Amino acid sequence: MMKSLLPQSGLRRSSVRGETGRPLGAAGAGADGAAADGGGAGAKAPASSTFWFLLHALCCLISLFLGFRFSRLLFFMLFSTTALYHSATTSSSAAVLRATTTTTTTTTTTTTTTNTFTLSFAAANPPPASLANRTALETAAMVKAGTSGNPQSHVVVGRHGIRIRPWPHPDPVEVMRAHRIMERVQEEQRRWYGVKEARQVLVVTPTYSRAFQALHLTGLLHTLRNVAYPLTWIVVEAGGTTNATAAMLSRSGLTYVHIPFPDRMPSDWADRHATENRMRLHALRVIRERKMDGVVVFADDSNVHTMELFDEVQKVQWMGAVSVGILAHTGAAEQPRLSEEDKQNMPLPVQGPACNSSGHLAGWHTFNSLPFSGKAATVVGEAAPVLPKGLEWAGFVLNSRMLWKDAEGKPDWVKDLDAVGENGEEIENPLTLLNDPSSVEPLGNCGKKVLLWWLRVEARADSKFPKG
Amino acid sequence: MGMGRALPLALLLFSAALATAQDTERIEVIRMHGLYAVTTGSAGDVLEDDPVGRLKVYVYELPTKYNKKMVAKDSRCLSHMFAAEIFMHRFLLSSAIRTLNPEEADWFYTPVYTTCDLTPWGHPLPFKSPRIMRSAIQFISKRWPYWNRTEGADHFFVVPHDFGACFHYQEEKAIERGVLPLLRRATLVQTFGQKDHVCLKEGSITIPPYAPPQKMKTHLVPPETPRSIFVYFRGLFYDTANDPEGGYYARGARASVWENFKNNPLFDISTDHPPTYYEDMQRAVFCLCPLGWAPWSPRLVEAVVFGCIPVIIADDIVLPFADAIPWEEIGVFVAEDDVPKLDTILTSIPMEVILRKQRLLANPSMKQAMLFPQPAQPGDAFHQILNGLARKLPHGKDVFLKPGQKVLNWTEGPRGDLKPW
Repeated sequence: MMKSLLPQSGLRRSSVRGETGRPLGAAGAGADGAAADGGGAGAKAPASSTFWFLLHALCCLISLFLGFRFSRLLFFMLFSTTALYHSATTSSSAAVLRATTTTTTTTTTTTTTTNTFTLSFAAANPPPASLANRTALETAAMVKAGTSGNPQSHVVVGRHGIRIRPWPHPDPVEVMRAHRIMERVQEEQRRWYGVKEARQVLVVTPTYSRAFQALHLTGLLHTLRNVAYPLTWIVVEAGGTTNATAAMLSRSGLTYVHIPFPDRMPSDWADRHATENRMRLHALRVIRERKMDGVVVFADDSNVHTMELFDEVQKVQWMGAVSVGILAHTGAAEQPRLSEEDKQNMPLPVQGPACNSSGHLAGWHTFNSLPFSGKAATVVGEAAPVLPKGLEWAGFVLNSRMLWKDAEGKPDWVKDLDAVGENGEEIENPLTLLNDPSSVEPLGNCGKKVLLWWLRVEARADSKFPKG
Repeated sequence: MGMGRALPLALLLFSAALATAQDTERIEVIRMHGLYAVTTGSAGDVLEDDPVGRLKVYVYELPTKYNKKMVAKDSRCLSHMFAAEIFMHRFLLSSAIRTLNPEEADWFYTPVYTTCDLTPWGHPLPFKSPRIMRSAIQFISKRWPYWNRTEGADHFFVVPHDFGACFHYQEEKAIERGVLPLLRRATLVQTFGQKDHVCLKEGSITIPPYAPPQKMKTHLVPPETPRSIFVYFRGLFYDTANDPEGGYYARGARASVWENFKNNPLFDISTDHPPTYYEDMQRAVFCLCPLGWAPWSPRLVEAVVFGCIPVIIADDIVLPFADAIPWEEIGVFVAEDDVPKLDTILTSIPMEVILRKQRLLANPSMKQAMLFPQPAQPGDAFHQILNGLARKLPHGKDVFLKPGQKVLNWTEGPRGDLKPW
């Protein structure tokens, strides 16, 4: 909606005066105003000109004290009462009321005085020539200070004051109320669109006491505290339970199960990997024994999880796979130099399900370790990139009923848990729990959404750290 | 003999009794349905009315200079907020309510695109529109007898410009011109609506502005995304190009919103143009819909489609399909004078009221009624316009003029309008 010209200079001048309501400005503008008011003062006799000068000086002084342009108000009161009486509509009188009652800030006062001034100007304007064709009703309506054309309408066309309250800052009580409103709205949203029956989340974490344990566990602890669903944290500790870990768990305020694992955590990555897998299997056996019901999430202590992960896993039927972002950090100051070509061809460092066009599981995306070959860390705490092996457990979630000895509706493509790992064979990834890996459900918009990140950061194995 | 009289009398009484019984039954159903509507969140069952069979529309065939040639000259006409006139024409051409026999038509439609003369920046110029409209009416009155027999009282026109058939973008000039004299008896379908305003004729149908339905659908986020923005607004607060001093644009209301709430963390307001505009609206609880140079804006449509409660700051505005959609129950109305207290007003709305408004907004028929999808779907804005026209039937006695009677003055209006186009 384009505008080219605005109503004319007379209005503009008065409104320019309106916006600059400062005493200094008033003095300067008052001078012009008085000159305009005086009109042809220069032509009159010196006596009258000194009179006008003195009057102007008086007005300036009063304005300095009052803080707004007094001369304008006086002029308005003296010279526009006739115009007011002429129009005598509710709109103009309401405008005058506005000028007298809203004396909260100088800004509003000056702008409203200008506003009313403008209105009376508009009323005094002779109606345009095209009115000759209009009916009598419309002519009268036009004269009425430019209202929207009907005597009852109080919506006025023209320049209005910008209403600003004296303290335009947020009120803390109202801010709290707004936050409560938003909380309630979100609760309602969850009730309508979210999961209908929230299942318990069973979080399996293998851990061991070391320098960075407190770092990692604190992060995971806070994440789990924010999960909106009932949760049980199953912590398996290598080398037996320690007071340090027990203290952290008891301070967390979560429901937890602290399980000791007899073997100590080895200090090279390949072995550590295998031990972690055995610890997880141990936790799954505990779940099976205690017949714990819910969704099993494998949360390694150094990983980072989003809240959406826990919403998404509620949808799993038997076994699901999510996309995991792999952060293979180096720990060294320089990054491995990758050629341009490598950068182009390198797929995203994400492990997760790959879907075909109809949304069914077609395969797996895994982390490409080729650029890092030969530079990967072998010992825990070494300053080299730590890479995942194959498919990480963190990217899979299970329905705990899948682990029970007998559960209703348990599909036949699930191996019985006792049959897994019984010969001491390594369980590389959860797919070994299944007879048929193609029945895994892809979650998170078919794996397009990365819901958690895999990271391994450890200090050197011999670094000293305070226990407890 | 008494028997002979008594029988038809009895029949009459019986049928009368049946009719009233049916009536009361229908009223009961409506009342119960109304109660049911409250709990499940349907607002206005009138939205689901099907206009097919209730009216017939005859579409005049005008030379292409009035319609197709304008679109061919500038195809931006098909995507700006005034595109409703073009899509209405296309809808009517293939609709079931169209009739090729003008004798049986209840309404006559003239496909003239008056808002398609665009500047290089895409703003429609209304300067030639009165002449274009006048020329179109002269054409139809010469070729067909239907205009003259009613002087347009059973004709309807779509005029989606800023101030409707006043054909000017500046409110004062629009008020001065008033509704085009030749359209004084016709029904106007327009986006502009303000109570007691010269440019809103009695009996006009207010429609929502055109908002691209496909574009909005591609930006939908899952409904469980939590609404974490309290108040959202993107747009100008000061129009420095046309109103450098402020106070004129939006009657100072937008400037007042900015000055009072720019430091308030609950208000996500700015002049930015983010690419996630539609997604952000779906994450907000309240969306501001203040007036601009004219009181209407596509923001209302966007707010309804994205489930954000519209906060309408425009005194005396008449909202689209006001007789079918209960806007009071869906949106929040704030007087322009109360803008400095907007945060107090919004935070003191009771929780049940807010939740009820959201439930009503979630009703898909409400969203459908605000849109102009191609091809047309049941319950959309095209059908609501037809429902509105059907509700005005049957035509009153003063619609048809006696032969030789003339009401309109063809030479009325500014001299510039009388030039042929």
